[in-house]
Amino acid sequence: MSNNTDSAAANTATPASAGVVLSRSGVFTGVRWGDYLGVAPFLIFAVMFLVVPTLYLVVGAFIGRDGTFTFQNIVDLGTPQIVSSFWISIRISTASALLGSLFGLLIALAIIRGRLPSAIRSTVMTFSGVASNFAGIPLAFAFLSTLGRLGLITVILKTVFGFDMYKAGFNILSFWGLTITYCYFQIPLMILIIAPAIDGLKKEWNEAAATLGATPYQFWRYVGLPILWPNLLGTISLLFANAFGAIATAYALTGSSLNIVPIVLYAQIRGDVLNNPGLGAALALGMIVITAVANVIYLVIRTRAERWLK
Amino acid sequence: MKRSKLWAWIILILGALYFLLPLVATLLFSLSIRRGTYSLDAYTNVVQAPAFQQTFTFSLVVGVATIVVGLLIVVPAAYFVRLRAPQLRPIIEFVTLLPLIIPPIILVFGYIRMYNSSSLLPLTNTALGTNILLTLAYVALALPYMYRAVDTGLRTIDVQTLTEAANILGANTLTILVRVIFPNIIVAVLSGAFLTLAIVIGEFTIASLLNRPAFGVYMQNVGANRAFEPAALAVISFVITWIAMGMIQLLARFAPKTAPRTD
Amino acid sequence: MADEFLHIENLVKSFNGNTVVKSVNLAFNKGEFVTLLGPSGCGKTTILRMVAGFERPTSGTILVEGKDISPLPPNQRKIGMVFQAYALFPNMNVEDNVGFGLKIGRVPRDEARARVEEMLKLIGLSGYGKRFPFEMSGGQQQRVALARALAPKPKMLLLDEPLSALDAKIRVSLREEIRAIQRELGITTMFVTHDQEEALSISDRIVVLNAGHVEQFGTPFEIYNRPTTRFAATFVGTLNTLAAKVIDPATKSVSIDGQIAIIPSLSSAARSGDAISLTLRPEAISLANGHARDIVLDGTVSEVAFLGAVIRLKVNLGENALHLDTFNDQHSPPPRYDEKVKITFGGSDILVLGD
Repeated sequence: MSNNTDSAAANTATPASAGVVLSRSGVFTGVRWGDYLGVAPFLIFAVMFLVVPTLYLVVGAFIGRDGTFTFQNIVDLGTPQIVSSFWISIRISTASALLGSLFGLLIALAIIRGRLPSAIRSTVMTFSGVASNFAGIPLAFAFLSTLGRLGLITVILKTVFGFDMYKAGFNILSFWGLTITYCYFQIPLMILIIAPAIDGLKKEWNEAAATLGATPYQFWRYVGLPILWPNLLGTISLLFANAFGAIATAYALTGSSLNIVPIVLYAQIRGDVLNNPGLGAALALGMIVITAVANVIYLVIRTRAERWLK
Repeated sequence: MKRSKLWAWIILILGALYFLLPLVATLLFSLSIRRGTYSLDAYTNVVQAPAFQQTFTFSLVVGVATIVVGLLIVVPAAYFVRLRAPQLRPIIEFVTLLPLIIPPIILVFGYIRMYNSSSLLPLTNTALGTNILLTLAYVALALPYMYRAVDTGLRTIDVQTLTEAANILGANTLTILVRVIFPNIIVAVLSGAFLTLAIVIGEFTIASLLNRPAFGVYMQNVGANRAFEPAALAVISFVITWIAMGMIQLLARFAPKTAPRTD
Repeated sequence: MADEFLHIENLVKSFNGNTVVKSVNLAFNKGEFVTLLGPSGCGKTTILRMVAGFERPTSGTILVEGKDISPLPPNQRKIGMVFQAYALFPNMNVEDNVGFGLKIGRVPRDEARARVEEMLKLIGLSGYGKRFPFEMSGGQQQRVALARALAPKPKMLLLDEPLSALDAKIRVSLREEIRAIQRELGITTMFVTHDQEEALSISDRIVVLNAGHVEQFGTPFEIYNRPTTRFAATFVGTLNTLAAKVIDPATKSVSIDGQIAIIPSLSSAARSGDAISLTLRPEAISLANGHARDIVLDGTVSEVAFLGAVIRLKVNLGENALHLDTFNDQHSPPPRYDEKVKITFGGSDILVLGD
């Protein structure tokens, strides 16, 4: 029925509007180069300030001191100092990604599914938008003021409760100190990303599971978490990459006492502390590979997860 | 059945403690420069320091330059991709993801290698050249946020009909962009701009490695040498971030909406 | 009474002081297919959700086989439910969706697999077990949802507008399928819809609901032909209302736009000069092509709608206008616009309604 009317409309329309169609396609062929002209600044910028500089480093990682192709720089990444810096970076990134995801998920579940007053939800979401941008120097200062040797919590615990955190082995300039600090932007990022996915969990799925005899625990075990799982996994890898590339907070917090990869690279760029420009490039390549893999995992999983939650 | 759940409140309170304690601690710490009493001395020390004023102005100027350059690059691209060259969309979207994938320290490392004094385009030779490089680096950092903001703005208006209407009235492409499209997406653009400002103003890594006298570098310096002033700086920059994000929230209420074409 | 299955007594539900279900009493027989029919906001879905256990009644009782089920949470009520938006679990394929209730109920694996197979056969989707919901059409998904609800052999089936999200054609075929499956299994079913045609075609009995109370509870035949309230009469099917004036109660004569008619069912309490309204179904009226019934009126055709098997005419009588349906007759074309016609109907076709 609708087919008939469509083709009828097309038939009558063709002769009458042929002139218009022609002139329109004329305009389009004329402007086609203009279209690319509009996109050109963007593409030129991307090539000159995103793609080529990165490739430059990637290529540089395979060029030796004598200017010839070599794998020596990659091999040299195996020195104990660099290996340990990658190891501490990976540990901090993993810990802050896992903790950030866990607590971010719990908070998101609480505000969306906990039947809290609706104002709380919008407050938390707004705060998350701000706090996820708090990474950097000021965040380090804030945590020094809180958990540093003279920080508020440290002092209160010592004077009021007689508990000295620093004597008990805690140090803000350590693995755990940095992890706790990173969670300050990791948790909000998790909340921002996972909230739409939790919204995508339809109320009817709970109800369908309930009529089929499932307890709330069984619903989450067999339905809720499996549906969120790809999103969770993807977001964890995004948070991992986010922490792995971050430097400002760590640098302001610990100076150079905690040798995470970006800080080693920072020192290398400033003063070639590794005494080998090629090795610096190889270090950069290592970072690119790790963050790129984590990001690609995120993107791939997210695209696959989207078809479920349509 | 409609009661709030106890576990939700517990998590919320724990979360609030974690997120609010550092803010409170920083505030109290910044006021404690004098023994036994609260005072604003740390703030006066910070604000009166010439270095604070100079670096803050510098970062503000770079931030504004970043927004202008960014818009000049992003708006035409987003407009043409939406209207005339949708086949370029995957490429453009991939490019806007790159700054999220490549850490800033890698970008600036690449710049230093590529645009040094012995290269074809020796931007790092002069202060002006380095400032330009810094601005372009920030454009790269802000690219994902700016593109998304502009693209969202374009999605809420009917770009195609507006363009065709202006075309029939005799406007050329530049006129359409400047006088028709831009005014309609100004709110979206502004929220992208404020986000950019929030990111750029305290940025440390790139500015430091390019040796620019930026606010982030200044803050790091103060942090290494003073005890209470860093807390005051942290409070100041939190306030700036809040203002910038608050502006975005506020702007969202004024977003114009013509009937969007569902495509 | 022996085979009474569901008994709802004085059921009331208020949300924040707003009463959406007002003292509803209903009794379903075992194996019966009962439809709750009404406009949106009439409380039909709320009643269904109270039976399912998702809403707690403000007062009143729901008895299933004589037992009060209100203390039971939804997951212990042994109820099968189908939702408007399918609500299949997107992370599971068809087999796992259908088998979900069996897994929760710890049915042995072999037995569960056989049951799933049986269910898929029942809904005509054998061989689709490995598909995922997003790979299927809406109609297929809803059939899987039906199989999932039925697999654990629930005592009762609740259908919450299961056809509303589907295309018109699939809606008709799936409703026939649902009815056939329901008959085959003999499961007591509560079906919620706002679509009167759906309700009339599928149900053993229909509950017509309006603003939280029951307007009428009866078979489709009773609801359509002998509506007891004006709401039931107008909500189900098309209804003509004619304004008339009583001339003489003794002779049961009334005036309709100046034309005299004798109404045998005219109330003896009517007095001369009273304004009354007469209500008629369109199919009760016909064109008086030589065969007049009790009442004949002159009018002018003001609309001709050719619907295929039926032609619906609108005839102006002056102040009043009537819709009437005539069957299509390929040998005689319908009257034209502005043509003068005579219409006729029987006195017993006039519906007498309380308000």
